[in-house]
Parts: sequence; C-alpha cells; structure tokens
Amino acid sequence: MSQFIQDLGKSTRTSFTKLGRSTYFLLQTISGIFSVLPRPRLLLNQMYSVGVLSFLIITISGLFVGMVLGLQGYYTLSDFGAEETLGVMVAASLVRELGPVVSALLFAGRAGSALTAEIGLMKATEQLSGMEMMAVDPVKRIISPRFLAGLISMPLLAGLFSAVGIIGGQIIGSGLLGVDEGAYWSQMQASIDFHDDIINGFIKSIVFGFVTSWIALFEGYDAIPTSEGVSRATTRTVVNSAFSILGLDFILTALMFGDH
Amino acid sequence: MVNSVSSQDNLVSVRNLTFSRGSKKIFDDISLDFKRGRITAIMGPSGTGKTTLLKLIGGQLFPDRGSIFVDGQNVHQLRRSELYDLRKRLGMLFQSGALLTDMTVFDNVAFPLREHTHLPESMIRTLVLMKLQAVGLRGARDLMPNELSGGMSRRVALARAIALDPMMILYDEPFTGQDPISMGVLVHLIKSLNNILGLTSIIVSHDVHDTSAIADYIYVLSEGRVVGQGTPEEIQQSDSEWVQQFMTGAADGPVHFHYPAKDYVDDLMSLGKRY
Repeated sequence: MSQFIQDLGKSTRTSFTKLGRSTYFLLQTISGIFSVLPRPRLLLNQMYSVGVLSFLIITISGLFVGMVLGLQGYYTLSDFGAEETLGVMVAASLVRELGPVVSALLFAGRAGSALTAEIGLMKATEQLSGMEMMAVDPVKRIISPRFLAGLISMPLLAGLFSAVGIIGGQIIGSGLLGVDEGAYWSQMQASIDFHDDIINGFIKSIVFGFVTSWIALFEGYDAIPTSEGVSRATTRTVVNSAFSILGLDFILTALMFGDH
Repeated sequence: MVNSVSSQDNLVSVRNLTFSRGSKKIFDDISLDFKRGRITAIMGPSGTGKTTLLKLIGGQLFPDRGSIFVDGQNVHQLRRSELYDLRKRLGMLFQSGALLTDMTVFDNVAFPLREHTHLPESMIRTLVLMKLQAVGLRGARDLMPNELSGGMSRRVALARAIALDPMMILYDEPFTGQDPISMGVLVHLIKSLNNILGLTSIIVSHDVHDTSAIADYIYVLSEGRVVGQGTPEEIQQSDSEWVQQFMTGAADGPVHFHYPAKDYVDDLMSLGKRY
C-alpha cells in the first residue's frame, strides 16, 4: 500500500515537473519569436517543411473526407427529401469540425512527429549543445521559427482541407448523385455564417496548431538523447497531440456553439 | 583575490570544484589551472567526467560547489548575455563534431559568422574559405555533413570553432575513433593552430600517446580527483601506480579488471536467485 502511495506521489510529481518545464519552454519559445521576425528566411524554411510538405496529405485526405460526407449526407438527407441542402451539411461539418480536427490530427502525425524526431536527434547528436557553445540560443534559432511556422501553417492547412472537402462533396453530390449544383452552392452560401462557422473553425485550428507545435517541439527538446528516447518522444507527440486536439475540440465547441 | 592574480597567466582556473550527478560524485574538490597559450590535456579513463568538465567550463552545467574562472570572469556568476559573450570567445570541438546536418560544410562554418556578425556575404565567403583552407577542406565546401568521414567532420567542426577567432578551444576527445592518418592530421592541426593563432587549448582525451605528443601540461583524473599532473615527461616518470597503469594500459592495477562482485566460487556454486 505504501508502495502504491509512493508510486502515485512520484508519478504525480514527475508529471507536474514536466508540465512546469514545458510551460517554461513555451514562454522561452514565444519570447524567441521576436528574434525570428527580423529573419523571415528562417521562418520560410520551416513553413516549407512544416506546411508545404503537409500539402499533399491534407489535400488528398480532405478530398476523400468530403466525398464520404457527400455520400453519407446524401443518403440521410434524401430520406427527408432534403438532398438540396447537402452543400450546407458538407460545408458546416467541414468548416466547423472536420477541417480543423482532422487536419490537426494529420498535422500531428505528419509534421509533429517529424519535428520531434528532428529536434530529438539534434539533441542526441549534440547539435543543440554545440549551438549553445557557439553562443547561439537553440530555442531562438531552432525552436521558435518552427513553432511560428506551425502556428501559421495549421489554419492554412485546415482551410485547404475544408475547401478541398467541399469540392469533394460537390463532385459526389452533384456529379454522381444528381443534387442540383446551383442548390449545392447557393444553400451553402445562404447558411454558412462567416462569424459562427468560419471564424470559429479558424480559431479552433489556431488553437490546435499552437498545442500540436508546442507538444511536438517540447517532446523533442525534452527527449532522452538516445535512439530509444527519441522514438518514445515521437510516439508521445502523436498520442498527446491527438488527445489534446480531441479534448480541446470538445471544450471549444461547447464554448462556441453552446448557446445556440 | 587569488583569481585576479592568477588570471594573468592562467586563462582558466578551476577552484575546489565539486560536481555530482545523482548520487555519483564526478568531481570531488579539484583545482586545475590552464595557462595562456599552452595546450593542457585532461586525461583519465572513460567515465571520469572529462566531457562534463568542458561543459562546466563552458557554463552549460553548474557545479555543486567551487568556481571556474575564464579570463578572470566567474563563469557561473555571469548573466546570460555575459555568458553568451564569453562563449563567443570560446570554441568547442565536440566528439561527434556536432555539425548541423541540414547545412553544407560551407554554411556550417559560416554559421557563427552569420549569427554573430553583420559582415557582408562576400566577406563571410572569404573568411569561411580561409578557415576551410586551414583545415585542408576548402574543396569539400559543398558537401553535406553525412558525406564526410569522421575525421573530416572533426576538421570542419574545427574550422567552425575557429571561425570567430576565439581565444581558446576546448577539444572533447579529438582523437577517438580516428584512423592513423586523420589522427596525424588532427594532432598536427591542433598543435599548429595553437601556435599560429596564439590560442589556448584544452584537450580532453584518453589517448595517451598522441596527447602526450602535443600537450604542454597534463592532468590525470580518476574518480573525481587529480591523481597526477605535470609535463608529459614528468607524467611518464610518475611513481604513482595509478598513473603508471593508465599510461601503460595494464589490465589490472589500482583500477581493477573486474567490476566489483561477490566471490567468484560462491557465485558459481549458489543456486542462482531468480529475479
């Protein structure tokens, strides 16, 4: 019994210490952003590897998710004779939920894991230590540009996901199942609200980008500098990001759409 | 103040340094002096915390007790910006080279110049090529770090370490895992850079032969203490059993061949507890 209490205390302490370290790390990262701004080159390079390289997976996934929504939505809506509102259903699901959430999950798997592995290996091969000895702050030089790139890329990728998804839904809905194309677009235009739907979805994706980049970079920076340590850190990035994204999505949805 | 006097001819002085990692004491009240313009070697078996000492000197780790003065400044009392200014005047050569793997050799050597100076790109190019020429790798400027051999990475790292014309270079095991030719190249480079550029060098190594060949002064460490010190000749003739074992590489001596264990026969005959 006392062993159990000891273990409980130990693991609680470990997780709180880690939370403290990660918060301190986040503050350092954010304050490092000011030294990234005068050097847009650093940011652009990271935007490329974090954002542009995630382009393909986001586009293809968005297309398929939109196509599935088109199919499922059509069969459900046609029961009520409401298949003309397919556009609304597809767009609302994507812009409010699936766009931000699924693209963030994909982003964590594609870009987050890569960031953790990269930073972890830089640590293992003493590159971070070497930078410190060259009087270059690795947080400012390596972490902050990546963080900012993640923060900017995530909403853009979510927007892309939703846009491609809507086209996917249209291909299936009006191309294959015969929903009127004009109705698809005009119903969508009439019902999707800029503030309630698009801005809220945008806020969600910024929050997810923030959290995912933070987790990925911290896990890499905090990784035990061995091959096993880096592999475990990469796993933690994907798992913790997924939990955080889904948990935060619930909270944000409740806050945003709760009073309707 | 002891340090203000000694800092005249000692670039680095370590005073009563104690450092432990977990429950293991890495350094137990040691004091070392590193003279300006000289090559001083720290020797000792693997695991005696030689690399830790370099990290303490560079201010990456904090001692439990004691102090380290570099050029008259107490490293661990400096503010962050002062520490970074001090580090700009130190070069460190990591065992792995620690080159940035996403940049070419050229960009690696240019890295400290681009980070710390506002020199125009044409000037940076000239400087980088001069540094690379000094280590004989001007022709390798467009290679990526993964295309270099171990010896070449270390030479690139050395070119990078001298990019800002430091006052001192810290070498972490520069000879480990080198073939005889690259070893010879490195020994020659360390010696000539020290003399030509008027540097102070600290070499951490367990390579007895090559280090003795270039060091002006040697400290031998074991289990957190200095067990021998002197010029290479004095060390060779040391009457300390420990130093003799280390220098000759005898398998048994003050450092035992066997990891501490219970009696051999008892161990074999016991039924073997399962864990």
